[in-house]
Amino acid sequence: MKADVINKSSNRVDGYEKVTGKAKFGADINFGNQLYAKTVYSEYPRAKIKKIKLNKAKKLDGVVEIITAEDVPGTNEMFGRFPVLAAEEVKYVGDGIAVVAAESQEIAKKAVKLIVVEYEEIEPILDMKKAVKDTKELVHSDKEDNIIEHSHHLMRKGDIEKGFKGADVILERTYYTPFVDQAYIEPEVVISIPDPYRKGIEIHGSIQNPYSVQENIAKVMDHKISEVKVIHSTIGGSFGGKDESVMMMAARTSILAERTKRPVKMVLTREESMTESCKRHPYEMNYKIGAKKDGTIVAIQDEVYTQGGPYNNKAMFANWRGSVHATGPYQVDNVKTDYYGVYTNTIYGGAYRGFSAPQTVFGIESLIDELAEELNMSPKEIRLKNCLKPGDTFATGQKMGKDNIPIPLKEIIKEVCEKADYEKKVKKFKEYNKKHSEIKKGIGISCTLRGAGLGGEGIDTAGATITIDKDGSITLISDLTEMGQGMRTAHAQIAAETLGVSLERLSFINTDTSIIMDGGPTVASRGTLAGGQAVIAAGKKLKDRLKKVAAEKLNCDKEVIIIKNDQVYEYDNVNNMIDFDELIGVCIAEKGISLSAQGWYNPGPEELSEETGQGNAYPTYVYGCAVTEIIVDTKTGEVGVEKIIAGYDIGTPINPQQVKGQLYGGILQGLGYGLMEEFEQKEGYLKTDNFDDYLIPSIKDIPDINVILFDFEDDFGPYGAKSVGELGIELVAPSLVNAFKNATNNRIREIPLNLERASLGKNLSK
Amino acid sequence: METLSLEFKVNGQEHKLSVTPNKRLLDVLREDLNLIGVKEGCSVGECGACTVIMDGKIINSCMVLAGQAQNSEILTVEGLEKEEGKLHPLQQAFLDAGAVQCGFCTPGMLMSSYNLLQSNPDPDEEEIKDAIAGNFCRCTGYKQIIDAIKLAAERMNRQS
Repeated sequence: MKADVINKSSNRVDGYEKVTGKAKFGADINFGNQLYAKTVYSEYPRAKIKKIKLNKAKKLDGVVEIITAEDVPGTNEMFGRFPVLAAEEVKYVGDGIAVVAAESQEIAKKAVKLIVVEYEEIEPILDMKKAVKDTKELVHSDKEDNIIEHSHHLMRKGDIEKGFKGADVILERTYYTPFVDQAYIEPEVVISIPDPYRKGIEIHGSIQNPYSVQENIAKVMDHKISEVKVIHSTIGGSFGGKDESVMMMAARTSILAERTKRPVKMVLTREESMTESCKRHPYEMNYKIGAKKDGTIVAIQDEVYTQGGPYNNKAMFANWRGSVHATGPYQVDNVKTDYYGVYTNTIYGGAYRGFSAPQTVFGIESLIDELAEELNMSPKEIRLKNCLKPGDTFATGQKMGKDNIPIPLKEIIKEVCEKADYEKKVKKFKEYNKKHSEIKKGIGISCTLRGAGLGGEGIDTAGATITIDKDGSITLISDLTEMGQGMRTAHAQIAAETLGVSLERLSFINTDTSIIMDGGPTVASRGTLAGGQAVIAAGKKLKDRLKKVAAEKLNCDKEVIIIKNDQVYEYDNVNNMIDFDELIGVCIAEKGISLSAQGWYNPGPEELSEETGQGNAYPTYVYGCAVTEIIVDTKTGEVGVEKIIAGYDIGTPINPQQVKGQLYGGILQGLGYGLMEEFEQKEGYLKTDNFDDYLIPSIKDIPDINVILFDFEDDFGPYGAKSVGELGIELVAPSLVNAFKNATNNRIREIPLNLERASLGKNLSK
Repeated sequence: METLSLEFKVNGQEHKLSVTPNKRLLDVLREDLNLIGVKEGCSVGECGACTVIMDGKIINSCMVLAGQAQNSEILTVEGLEKEEGKLHPLQQAFLDAGAVQCGFCTPGMLMSSYNLLQSNPDPDEEEIKDAIAGNFCRCTGYKQIIDAIKLAAERMNRQS
């Protein structure tokens, strides 16, 4: 079937508002009579709260209300142990202690400074390994150790001992990654208002997952879930980040809104955002790999510690994904993997685009290169030899390449290397480096496979409602949120394709928990994959109703009605037709047909055994390979990324231009991760909290990026589409350090590859 | 607090406002004139989301006090669309080239690009990079923003 609307680079459906400055982000939303809220944060990474003195602040003119932990009406413990406000002990510098609501932002700011908190300092638990070994010092005293609940995930395949016995070479290597920030340009905003029409609360803001906010706020406010209504504003980027921090903001402003009976707005400063929002978990990955002389990998063992901070921010999910992907895109008969999340009194880890993959892929792809060096093999050949091929089994025991699920790693690696002129460049750079002592050139490879959607991590459902109005205009609402990734445009294209109408008819309304059911969070690159299927389901229901009425009107069988390009006609008899708008009129005015339909998608559970990790992890996978060229000034340590060629199989792109935009954006975030980004702390205090010290790539940092899209047929997703959002980020850091080794003969096992590490092999600031 | 009488021209329109002198130009534009296309991302002059043009120069409006804008002429993103629905070629090119994702950096990015094309109607890639080096975008990887500016320049040159 030739597509009419999908697989085309249409402009964004929400683009006009964004280029004219009309789009309203959280900070741009205001309600009459609103108050401004500001939080008093902890002054110590760990301390007992002895006394909170509010008197002075309360007396300040314009201060309307101040709340502390005592004022939380329902539970003071939200998802992952997050307190709305710390009651007895602060566990990191981002813990809130009191919140002021005042007539203006300035007054709230002044009032916060007048609040005096008396503490009794406690030695913070900062070091992840120490936190694992020392079970006397506990971040949470009700636990027996510092391992995060349900965060231990493992993989057991084959016989690991036997595997290593059969190996000709064995390498043991440890790799480290830092805390990094999502660094969306819009800081978090939440506004809570007492519901104007009924008992309850209405929450607006930069909220990635409205339903988890709804559920948690209901518990905090002691309300029914149905009494909490959450609507997200236009979101200025999120990448996993606008989740727990906005949950806390929503809780605090909701309490204040109910107490004052006025709308309460909280806008975080960049410093507050960086302090209070989640970061990518730092990993310590202890790998052991065994291989035959010919390069065949026979065993991989991996013990991984992931730093969670004081609250359990998704380590139990991220570690599951990590344990599944720890052996990379390779056929390995014997696998033993253990992931543990660890509590510390530091900022906390959580969701950030990639969700364990950027760390894990950095580890495994560095390790594979180290193995190639040990065996005197080319990095390309060792990957081609071991990469998963049809009939192979993944680490989870899942048979690859069955049920028409493609496994095209070999093809992708070959083609990307060919486009990158890989072999010639290796030789050329070797010659160049012989002649130049200070400036060195290098080239590095990395490749990956990524489970599409949530897989066994959770229920991968999604919902969408399509409504056709009297004039033929169409409104779409999804339970999944648009954060900039382009999901709305993909959904609108899918809806238009399914219904057989033009894209111009489609418009969108923001996710509102009171009008569409919770189908799960907008995570795991599943907006198109799962959300698109829900849109198709809704579209098919409507189309069926339209066809029935058209068949009556055109005096023919329903099965021969075609709806295409806004026309409705009989197959093989095009002149027997009715205009789409006219048909809508007939449906509504003459027949009383409902032209609103909900689509629901439920792919069925993918499950792994908890004891062994074995099973089908994901229904399908996306793939990628990148080749990166760098130039290194060995005197200064400056690493310049010259060129990145990356090929991805993400299925059929619904919108090729926007798919490429996702990949370019992901690649540059990956470059930041590999080269410059590091969220620094000293003794539990933050050293980086704004863009003047937390460096992210500017336009001056971009290399020549060439993205190749493959489309190996896979009919699992909507119109052959799979996942794209997270895939771009994970290949850059490993190909970068592999290129650095190629250039300088120095292996860097801890990112970022900043000036100090590149020139001295260590980081001066630690 | 004493107030300051601020007279300036914004998007072609004269304004006379009474503002407190500690207000930043960013606050005046957003709060007093409801020009919400001017965004606040970092408040320290690093991210460029609050970029506007003041007397022909690119400035971070979070780093400029209201008083410094006395008698000046300001252009914000709202001034690019001359009439409802009639987009400036840069705005259209940002849509056509896929240069917009979350859209939070877009107004500032457009103003830096606009200022570039005012003085340099046919910039090369390096000149484009220099012009928007002070505007962070976390979504796009910048590539399609460069494409958009090139496309706008090409279309504008063809028109003139």
